[in-house]
Amino acid sequence: MKQMLNREPFALAAFSLVILLMPIWLTPFGANYPDLLQKFAIFAIFAMGFNILFGLTGYLSFGHAAFLGVGSYAAVWSFKLFTMNVLPAIVFGVAFAGIFALAIGYVSLRRSGIYFSILTLAFAQMSYNLAYSVLTPITNGETGLQLTLQDPRIIDNAFSTPGAGLPETNLFGIDMSGYPGFYFCAVVLIICFFITRRIFNSPFGLTLRGVKSNQNRMGYTGINTRPYTLAAFVISGMFAGLAGSLLAVTDPLAGAERMQWTASGEVVLMTILGGVGTLVGPMLGAWLIKYLENIFSSFNENTLEHFFSFLPEGLQAIAVDVSSLFVGEGWHLTLGVLFMLIVIFLPGGLMEGWRRLLRRFSGGGGGKSEPAVAVQPAE
Amino acid sequence: MVANSVLHVADVHKSFGGLKALSDVDLNVEEGTTHAIIGPNGAGKSTLLNVCVGRIRPDSGHVVFNGEVLDNHTPFEINQLGVSRVFQTPEIFSDLTLLDNVMIPAFASRDGAFSLRPFSKLRHEAAIREEAEKTLADVGLEVMKDREAASLSRGDKRRLELAMCLIQHPKLLLLDEPTAGMSRHDTNRTVDLLKTIKERGMTKVIIEHDMHVVFSLADKISVLAQGRIIASGTPDEIKGNPKVQEAYLGGAH
Repeated sequence: MKQMLNREPFALAAFSLVILLMPIWLTPFGANYPDLLQKFAIFAIFAMGFNILFGLTGYLSFGHAAFLGVGSYAAVWSFKLFTMNVLPAIVFGVAFAGIFALAIGYVSLRRSGIYFSILTLAFAQMSYNLAYSVLTPITNGETGLQLTLQDPRIIDNAFSTPGAGLPETNLFGIDMSGYPGFYFCAVVLIICFFITRRIFNSPFGLTLRGVKSNQNRMGYTGINTRPYTLAAFVISGMFAGLAGSLLAVTDPLAGAERMQWTASGEVVLMTILGGVGTLVGPMLGAWLIKYLENIFSSFNENTLEHFFSFLPEGLQAIAVDVSSLFVGEGWHLTLGVLFMLIVIFLPGGLMEGWRRLLRRFSGGGGGKSEPAVAVQPAE
Repeated sequence: MVANSVLHVADVHKSFGGLKALSDVDLNVEEGTTHAIIGPNGAGKSTLLNVCVGRIRPDSGHVVFNGEVLDNHTPFEINQLGVSRVFQTPEIFSDLTLLDNVMIPAFASRDGAFSLRPFSKLRHEAAIREEAEKTLADVGLEVMKDREAASLSRGDKRRLELAMCLIQHPKLLLLDEPTAGMSRHDTNRTVDLLKTIKERGMTKVIIEHDMHVVFSLADKISVLAQGRIIASGTPDEIKGNPKVQEAYLGGAH
């Protein structure tokens, strides 16, 4: 039986292999450069964490970018005040995002549905505007928080004399830019996948699904839903904080625009595109959006002319004109069309598409089909 | 108050605007008995159950369960004390499997209203799984345990909800029209099921319109009309009570 077989090591090994080999299998897609790979890993963590809240409990937060921003600021402050080592930075990022999420979640979770979404949106926009105005001493306002030569960096300076230029973020001496930076993020992503998978397969995860399915019943079943949803909110806020601190690890500066509502909306899109409530769906959604943002937006007329060079001259011109609407600056149009197509035809996101494919190729789903049910008397 | 009373509703009043839904309601449910509440539509039967599970707060009066006054208890606290309820329209987890539907209440009974152990594994909960399968078998749904609850027929949804309550081994089970909308065949199955529960000594309060069901299950019957209890007694006493006949015949003199 399936509950006898422990699939955890197998799932972890397969996932690790896919993530660590990304520089190889993404080569044909032209996406194998470290900057983009880092983003793939970081936004996968962000979306995966968001899905713990939205996918399991059904609470749609529209302010998760606030936690991303808090994580970034906390990490950069750790670089400025203590050390360029990335481990304290991500610990601070996660901790501060967690505290922040606890406060916002405690208030917002008093309402559900659209009111909850609006409350989280309001809090996030408030944080964004505060970061630009009152909190300028902490956030450095419009310029964004950056490293400077005057930073105290207590721990680093106690052990060595500072060099001439700005120091690099590092993990015990390994610089966290380029491929090492990607591999660091990838390892963190694998750990996050492990945690998420455990949550999905725990009684705690089942209870969260119950909240999504019928919150009313939960009360009459003896379950206090508030601490459950708050726990999910804080955990997903901590994932966002982790992602934010990793953004600072790979590029040590933090700006308020990271907290804007468009960034909160982006993670909602990622999750829905990939498949709400599925384990790896949100990650796929994050990859798709980051791929479009970075690759599609870099296409220009020359690339298109080259791509359509097999067509006769007149047709080529038309094809280039039409398709140029969808690339470069117009990549948002592609994203919009894609989003509409998926929501209309694959409401379960990319993961539903994948399941449908599997069902087709396994001849109507022999193995996983419903057990033969004896004739039930109709009601 | 009777010595072995499990549920004691004392002097409960409840009005909605100008409508007096419950006035002066006094009810004693003795341990191990099945207490039926009957009455015409709009008599306040469901309101009475809502007061008992904490969904509605009475304007005055108290509900006492096992010696504990339930004035400020939330529904989940009342359930943790040992009260489970089957609703008139089934309240189930539609997009989960039947097994998951029954396991959630089992965890609630074992782990309390909140337990944060996000890394423990469902796979390792063999005891709960076995009990869930057994409870589904009790209500005759075990073959469908991996199906989504939304795909069930109305009668099966009711049986599933009953299983969700039974797995909690409640001290008091409240049933709001458990056979409404069921075929005769399914009604009989449910009555048989409720009879076997009775043998286990579980106290039950049942609201029912079907007199066949009422008389084959109830040890005691209370009649509610226009928010008042007009009669209480054994089935035989109730059958012969002229006030009851009047209420059911629409107050013809």
